[in-house]
Amino acid sequence: MLVVACIKQVPDTTQVQIDPVTNTLIRDGIPFIVNPYDSHALEESLRLKDSNGFTAVALSMGPPNAEATLRKALALGVDRSILLSDRVFGGADTLSTSNVLAAAIQRLAEQDEIGIVFCGKQTIDGDTAQVGPGIAVRLGFTQLTLVDRIEKLDLAKKTVTVRRKLEGRYEIVEARLPAMITVVRELNRPRYPTVPMRLASAKAQVEVWNNEVLKLDVNSVGLKGSPTWVSRIFSPQRTEGEILGDGMRDPVGAALLLVDRLLEEDLLAV
Amino acid sequence: MSEPVKPKRPRGRARVVAGKCAACGARCQSACPVDCIEMTDAGEPLVTADKCIGCLKCVKVCPAGALEMFFTPEEEKILAQLAGTALPEVDEEELERRRRIDPYRGVWVFVEQNDGEPARVSWELMGSGRQLADSLDVELFAVIIGSNVGHLAQEAFCYGADCAYVLDQPVFARYRTEPYLEAMCYLVDKYKPEVVLMGATGMGRDLAGAVATRVKTGLTADCTGLGIDDKRNLMQTRPAFGGNIMATIMCDKFRPQMATVRPHVMPLPERNPAATGLVLPEGFDISEAAIFSRVLEVITDKSGKDRVDVAGAEFIVSGGRGLMAKENFAILEELAGELGAVVGGSRSAVDAGWLPPDRQVGQTGKTVRPKIYIACGISGAIQHLVGMQDSDVIIAINRDPEAPIFEVATFGIVGDLFDVVPALTMRIRELKQARA
Repeated sequence: MLVVACIKQVPDTTQVQIDPVTNTLIRDGIPFIVNPYDSHALEESLRLKDSNGFTAVALSMGPPNAEATLRKALALGVDRSILLSDRVFGGADTLSTSNVLAAAIQRLAEQDEIGIVFCGKQTIDGDTAQVGPGIAVRLGFTQLTLVDRIEKLDLAKKTVTVRRKLEGRYEIVEARLPAMITVVRELNRPRYPTVPMRLASAKAQVEVWNNEVLKLDVNSVGLKGSPTWVSRIFSPQRTEGEILGDGMRDPVGAALLLVDRLLEEDLLAV
Repeated sequence: MSEPVKPKRPRGRARVVAGKCAACGARCQSACPVDCIEMTDAGEPLVTADKCIGCLKCVKVCPAGALEMFFTPEEEKILAQLAGTALPEVDEEELERRRRIDPYRGVWVFVEQNDGEPARVSWELMGSGRQLADSLDVELFAVIIGSNVGHLAQEAFCYGADCAYVLDQPVFARYRTEPYLEAMCYLVDKYKPEVVLMGATGMGRDLAGAVATRVKTGLTADCTGLGIDDKRNLMQTRPAFGGNIMATIMCDKFRPQMATVRPHVMPLPERNPAATGLVLPEGFDISEAAIFSRVLEVITDKSGKDRVDVAGAEFIVSGGRGLMAKENFAILEELAGELGAVVGGSRSAVDAGWLPPDRQVGQTGKTVRPKIYIACGISGAIQHLVGMQDSDVIIAINRDPEAPIFEVATFGIVGDLFDVVPALTMRIRELKQARA
């Protein structure tokens, strides 16, 4: 049985900065990382490999340089790493991204039965949380989002029981396999690659599937298959605030000024 | 006696405007019908001008305005000669687009509920939905799915809905993706709304992503601004790249246009208890046997009563790395006590174990919109700012005058929080005692 982890290579958005003159992103030297939530998805697929003998497959759609991310997955212990890369996949929104990923999973399903597809709950660059549900709906898999614990996996009955983390509550849900599960960080603690695995992964093969392999209608992938598009990007507008007093030399005076201002503007009820 | 041959209107060629490319992911390359754009390693386009046919597709698709058309001096001359003559304006694509989207009318807000208890974000969205419906001159619909949820229709009218579709059946008692997905798709298919809004909550995101995929339309997550353009299209503005830039997203060729909005991003509209509306009961046949998931148990967060709700608080005193240690949060607690505020924190404070994760404000934590947000010792990483920048008043207290938090602050004090915060607490305490 297969367990698939969908992972994405993303720019480390915590290190992105804006050029104050041109108002564009300064991209030079920004490192690419595995989307942090996806590393938990990857870890969970490796745990199923260890505990239940599943074959673990890492899957990523991206430009050719995303191979680095898939190589890391091999170093961590996945059995296969597959990069879905083609010019026609470029410029995709979440709808056309899930189309490509689902088609790849469908193709894997022709070779072996799929048990679970794991995705991170969202990416840190897009923040949409839409690709996981997109894959589930396209494949007809049970959809379980925001999972922070796998309670039980019953392969005889083909069910999985998970705990979902929602606002102010948890839900214990039992569902039929195959399932698409999106994971939160509390689910597990990702492992580190061992030195021998890392060395072995340098020589291992990352498979690359382009659209000649997936044979999707070019109008359903990439930019052409994306109903949404970005019409404008701009820097967030901010109004200049007011610095009160000299807080370094006279902190008490500055505090008094602040309270006075809040009272003046009727913001404080005392 | 033939007329003089009119010079052909030159179409020009595309070129890159230096310094503007945002490396959006090769949209221009994908849009080019003649493959004349190659991408550099930095993700910027290189246009092979000889091959360009001047179709304008790349220029239109570029979100950063980094591509433009240019003309040779000879072409400029011809253009000058032709100036004043009408442009040929038969756009088949545009006619086809209109034919496809025209049947879709009305703005919908999905009313999220758990055990019949509505999520506040649904009413916040009702406020946004009302504005959109007014701009479009259509009705605002509440979509209520659940079991024993009839009472929510009246509540939806109080917050601005004109009509409410109500699907009230035992099978919808607990949210599960399959039955809700089927029910939503059934309604969308039958009544064809042009806009569908949902809360960007655990439930809303689970459902919205599924529905958009099934009906094959666009979905924009976590919008912070919604508006209507001159062609009845929804303009959806949201933070991108971890909040470093804002992007306006369009879905002009497909309907419905779907968007989610995080709780507390939109203001709660005033509740009008006298409002009335039209209840539209709906039935949808889905049997329990066709559903492959079951909610076995719902666990409400332990100590329900002393759970602190940062997202819903009116006053927040927040601490970051500058607090230096867990014990030091006591001085924030004291100020919070005087103000009736809740203590929150930045990701660094939570990662350091100084605060529980549910107190985290920011992109990976809660979005807040209090009346007053006091940021103490928080430098103001963009991920934090996107979670609190819509607060009515922001007060920043930080030793570093260059800290980005001052860029969003209404009032700032450059100073040591260990001096300033106790002074603030003391002053407010004095004032209260004087009034008592």
